[in-house]
Amino acid sequence: MDGVFQTSIDSDEVARFERIARTWWDQAGPMGVLHKFNPVRLQVIRDEAAAHFNRRLENGRPLEGLTVLDIGCGGGLLCEPLTRLGAKVTGIDPAPTNIEVAKLHAQQSGLAIDYRQTTVEALVAAGERFDIVLAMEVVEHVADVGAFVGACTAAVAPEGQLFMATLNRTLKAFALAIVGAEFVLGWLPKGTHQWDKFVTPRELESAIEKGGMQVGYRSGVAFHPLRNEWKLSRDMDVNYMLAATKG
Amino acid sequence: MDRFDIVIAGGGITGLSLALTLSRVLRGALSVCLVEAPVARDDDRAFAFSAGSVRFLRALGVWDAIEPDAQPIHDMVITDSRLDDPVRPVFLTFGGEAAPGEPFAHMIPEQAVMSALRDAVASSGLTVKTGHVTKARPEAGSSRVTLSDGSAFRTSLVVASDGARSRLREDAGIGWAHWSYKQSGIVATIGHEREHHGRAEEHFLPSGPFAVLPLTGNRFTMVWSETTERARLVLERDDADILAEIEKRVGLRLGELKLLSRPRSYPLGFGLARRFGAERLALVGDAAHLIHPIAGQGLNMGLRDVASLAEIITEHASLGLDPGDLMVIEAYEKARRADTVAMASVTDALNRLFSNDAMPLRLMRDFGLGVVDRLPSFKTRLIREAAATGPHLPRLMRGETLPGF
Repeated sequence: MDGVFQTSIDSDEVARFERIARTWWDQAGPMGVLHKFNPVRLQVIRDEAAAHFNRRLENGRPLEGLTVLDIGCGGGLLCEPLTRLGAKVTGIDPAPTNIEVAKLHAQQSGLAIDYRQTTVEALVAAGERFDIVLAMEVVEHVADVGAFVGACTAAVAPEGQLFMATLNRTLKAFALAIVGAEFVLGWLPKGTHQWDKFVTPRELESAIEKGGMQVGYRSGVAFHPLRNEWKLSRDMDVNYMLAATKG
Repeated sequence: MDRFDIVIAGGGITGLSLALTLSRVLRGALSVCLVEAPVARDDDRAFAFSAGSVRFLRALGVWDAIEPDAQPIHDMVITDSRLDDPVRPVFLTFGGEAAPGEPFAHMIPEQAVMSALRDAVASSGLTVKTGHVTKARPEAGSSRVTLSDGSAFRTSLVVASDGARSRLREDAGIGWAHWSYKQSGIVATIGHEREHHGRAEEHFLPSGPFAVLPLTGNRFTMVWSETTERARLVLERDDADILAEIEKRVGLRLGELKLLSRPRSYPLGFGLARRFGAERLALVGDAAHLIHPIAGQGLNMGLRDVASLAEIITEHASLGLDPGDLMVIEAYEKARRADTVAMASVTDALNRLFSNDAMPLRLMRDFGLGVVDRLPSFKTRLIREAAATGPHLPRLMRGETLPGF
């Protein structure tokens, strides 16, 4: 299992996130930008999953009974809301501190979530499959995109759904996500992102299709400075999201 | 330990309507607990409910129970005069409707609204506890709430709807900017001989505004503002004497008057919370703002708080987000702060401007009101504001409902 562990995780990245894991849930802290980002991500997951699995939105638990795997769950920022929406959520992260923070917080929030320090490759090897698999803001941190996306698609159950969100490898993304967010605005700790690890939508789509899934949803996500919120956008040059379904 | 999504402290109109709204949204996905104080209110106050507030009551499904006691206000006349002026010059008339067939406001006895809301709460299945919230301590992931009977539980969000002297606001260390107007409102229900035709009157007398607010069945609510000292003297007199004073102020239009309730006085003050929320705490209604009744907007503002907070919580909860997190508090503060400060300042300024007999001020305000009366677009805006039907309003006040309602 250790061998599988090494395939796609870059150990420098793990150490970097461990340092800031304790502040995951501080909405006014360094993860504030991710909290601000959360509603728009959740909206896409909720709406696309409800459409795919024929669920009605107006009841507060549209994902009732669906199994969800959140890869790179961090402090549980997506796992907790998805649990409130009715899903049975498994959150995995390679960083032990993240898992501890997430477990503690779920307990404080009164939510039952299965958190494990493991990798998607290990889950796939153990034969676990999920109705919905999420890899949100993860692809840009892995060492081997092709292998990672392959494992993600393998973890999706038949008729299931995969969501991915990441940063495009454009000059605009370099300017906004690295120079802007890390250096000018100080939203993210310096060194959070490395531009050469960003992935274009075309590269990501082709990796997903190799895993036998069809991308049916794509959208950009853009920050509106005056409203201080993130909105869906046609512009996929910086942040973007994809959703794919399995046959 | 029990856990709720939302705990609402205070069982007045704002607390009841918020509890009812939140227990219904998203097909009942949120667990709501209402903590109400065991006081039996026997007063007979009535409030002007703007068209927006009435839409909200309709959305809650309680309007049918309230309507028989609701008097539509068809127009409103404002005069500026001294008591002994033989003719009260009319400076401003508001007429018309918020929408065709929809009066811009209704006068409704508080008890009629309370009992309709109470009945709806009783059949809603939400948890109701009797007592006070004595403490709410934010902890990681929740707030720990203690009641007056010593019981305790956890919640994601505490809503303080516990009045102008809110214990929860004080407990959270939120400052309260306040002053007394050194005025009291003398309130009574008065019966009269001739029909009022749904006309409300507000006479700006030197000691403060005197309002005649029509109720169903040839009755009206009087709100008579006096200096606190004079109000005390008025209330010391017997009914016949007081009635004679009231007749002087109302005039002859309604024929013979009679007191249907013993007048009571309420001190008039101004109060504004420095913030409308803190960690896992939101303030609504009088706990957030207390304004002069000169424009009849205090309760309507409270209902706007409720409609706005309910909308924000629902939006948030529909994404599975924690209904008590910082983003909810910030969004609520942002939604309500400017509106509240504007309304509080306007009513404060109106009262200062009119509760005064200095000739230059009288000339100025009469000129001002005269100008308002001649500017149709500005007047439309004022009416829309009074009716609370503008486009920036919470959905529940625009006649819409919330998801899963």
